[in-house]
Amino acid sequence: MANKKKKLMQGNMACVEGAIYSGMQFFAGYPITPSTEIAEGCSRELPKIGGRFIQMEDEIGSIAAVIGASIAGMKSFTATSGPGYSLMQENLGYAFITETPLVVINVQRGGPSTGLPTKVSQSDTMQARWGPHGDYAAIAVAPSTVQECHTETVRAFNLSERFRTPVTILLDEVIGHSRGVISLPEKGELEVYNRVKPTASPEEVLPFEMTPNLVSPMAGYGEGYRFHVTGLTHDVHGFSTNRSDEIFPKLDKLHNKILNYRDEISKLRIENMDDAEVAFISYGSVSRAALQATAIAREAGVKVGCIQLYTIWPFPEKELRQICANCSKVIVGELNMGQIIHEIERVLPGDIEIHAKQRYDGEIMTPMQLLEKLEEVL
Amino acid sequence: MGYKFIDRIKVPEDRFELRLSGSGGQGMIFAAVVLGEAIGLAEGKNVVQSQSYGPEARGGASKADVVISANEIFYPKAMKLDMLLAMTQEALDSYLKDLKEDGVLIVDTSLVTDIPVDNYYGLDFTHLAKNEVGHIMVANVVALGAISCFTGIVGKEVLTNAVLKRAPRGTEDKNRKAIDVGFEEASKLKK
Repeated sequence: MANKKKKLMQGNMACVEGAIYSGMQFFAGYPITPSTEIAEGCSRELPKIGGRFIQMEDEIGSIAAVIGASIAGMKSFTATSGPGYSLMQENLGYAFITETPLVVINVQRGGPSTGLPTKVSQSDTMQARWGPHGDYAAIAVAPSTVQECHTETVRAFNLSERFRTPVTILLDEVIGHSRGVISLPEKGELEVYNRVKPTASPEEVLPFEMTPNLVSPMAGYGEGYRFHVTGLTHDVHGFSTNRSDEIFPKLDKLHNKILNYRDEISKLRIENMDDAEVAFISYGSVSRAALQATAIAREAGVKVGCIQLYTIWPFPEKELRQICANCSKVIVGELNMGQIIHEIERVLPGDIEIHAKQRYDGEIMTPMQLLEKLEEVL
Repeated sequence: MGYKFIDRIKVPEDRFELRLSGSGGQGMIFAAVVLGEAIGLAEGKNVVQSQSYGPEARGGASKADVVISANEIFYPKAMKLDMLLAMTQEALDSYLKDLKEDGVLIVDTSLVTDIPVDNYYGLDFTHLAKNEVGHIMVANVVALGAISCFTGIVGKEVLTNAVLKRAPRGTEDKNRKAIDVGFEEASKLKK
């Protein structure tokens, strides 16, 4: 007897399901391969639940509409790929400084520029951290299966609402387009976080007030609270400031509201690390090859383990140092010319050898490539 | 330095990997999705289905993989095929090397003429679809019927239900017939 909640679906569609599960009500986007199915799915599903789908003139307008909808109180998101993600960066910076919760899904393809529309890549890892100019802390997560596309989308919405910040979900073409069996969770099975709204009267509320956890309660436009939203660095009232004693706290707030809780944001999968001498470190689709390579090499008697990063930013540095403490070598697998490896070089102690296996021809990393690298470094 | 192990590694035995390959427009991805649904939902196994394609909508090489396992599927793409369906010569030439030595090779003999191995199943899917079912479009579904018979990876009834769930309304009879024809023709050849 088939389980009714089980479905075969693409990773992209699992993201749509995850967003709807989170209570998302608004999508604005400009379809682009390999993320198009997310826009298609939203255009099909949102009208059924009273939500809004809008296809915008471009990605700049898309992220602007998402920011506006979120400030009006709706959980909102967009989906794009590299070229569109580049276009969104300026307004993403606006979302960071205005502390607007939203989710951006970047189904990565090869670049730079128009690059490789139908091919896989992980070359936007650093852009997810440093895309907009200026100082801010960023959150980015990376699923690797269809089921994880659902859970990580729910987690991304939760993090975004809890910390009043944009969150990027880094997919790649393989994860977005592969189909797998997913068990859709019932209501209540996964936690759904809703943003904290002010309880005091409109006259008393400071829209960017310094609270103990540094996240200010957020009213929706139209709910009776008047507040000013600006991309200029602003004070607790939301009005622009040039005063050191207001600039420091604002930028510290953008950082510390996230970094003070990095233990709760970090998420990793750890396999076969108890006695591992060598560890694969990877994320996204490369993790699937790394898990496979680990299983195959273990069968052949190699003491190798596997670490998968679900949270890319903030970089889970404390966790990695602990997990790798007894390793002599790590192999960092990425579908780019070397991005997260710089973080790993920064955080691991100098006596651990760090090796890279990089692929950037638009094809998926294979278990065999990782196994060959493993044999080479042993 | 110098610990060698690659000559000792084994292809994971808990995976059954199949590839449907041909030309864009032949319905290889559709057929793979149907197989994935039949096996993953009705038969309750883990399934990952993926494809690779070029920027063109029709023509050009098209392949779709289905990986099946009772355990968690780590790597989503095929590593060493247990079954290959080649609907064009180009597909056979490209992917034959990925087939296991004892893997099942199925070719469409109306479009594939140069087959460099002896151990294979050849069926004229394109003509069977045209002459026996009445529409060349269902060659992929005829092939699905043959896959069910040759591999036993999915039952004929389950497969038929999965096809009908996806097929456009009004094509039920043709699709049912297509599976029957494929299954029947395959059973005449099955070793």
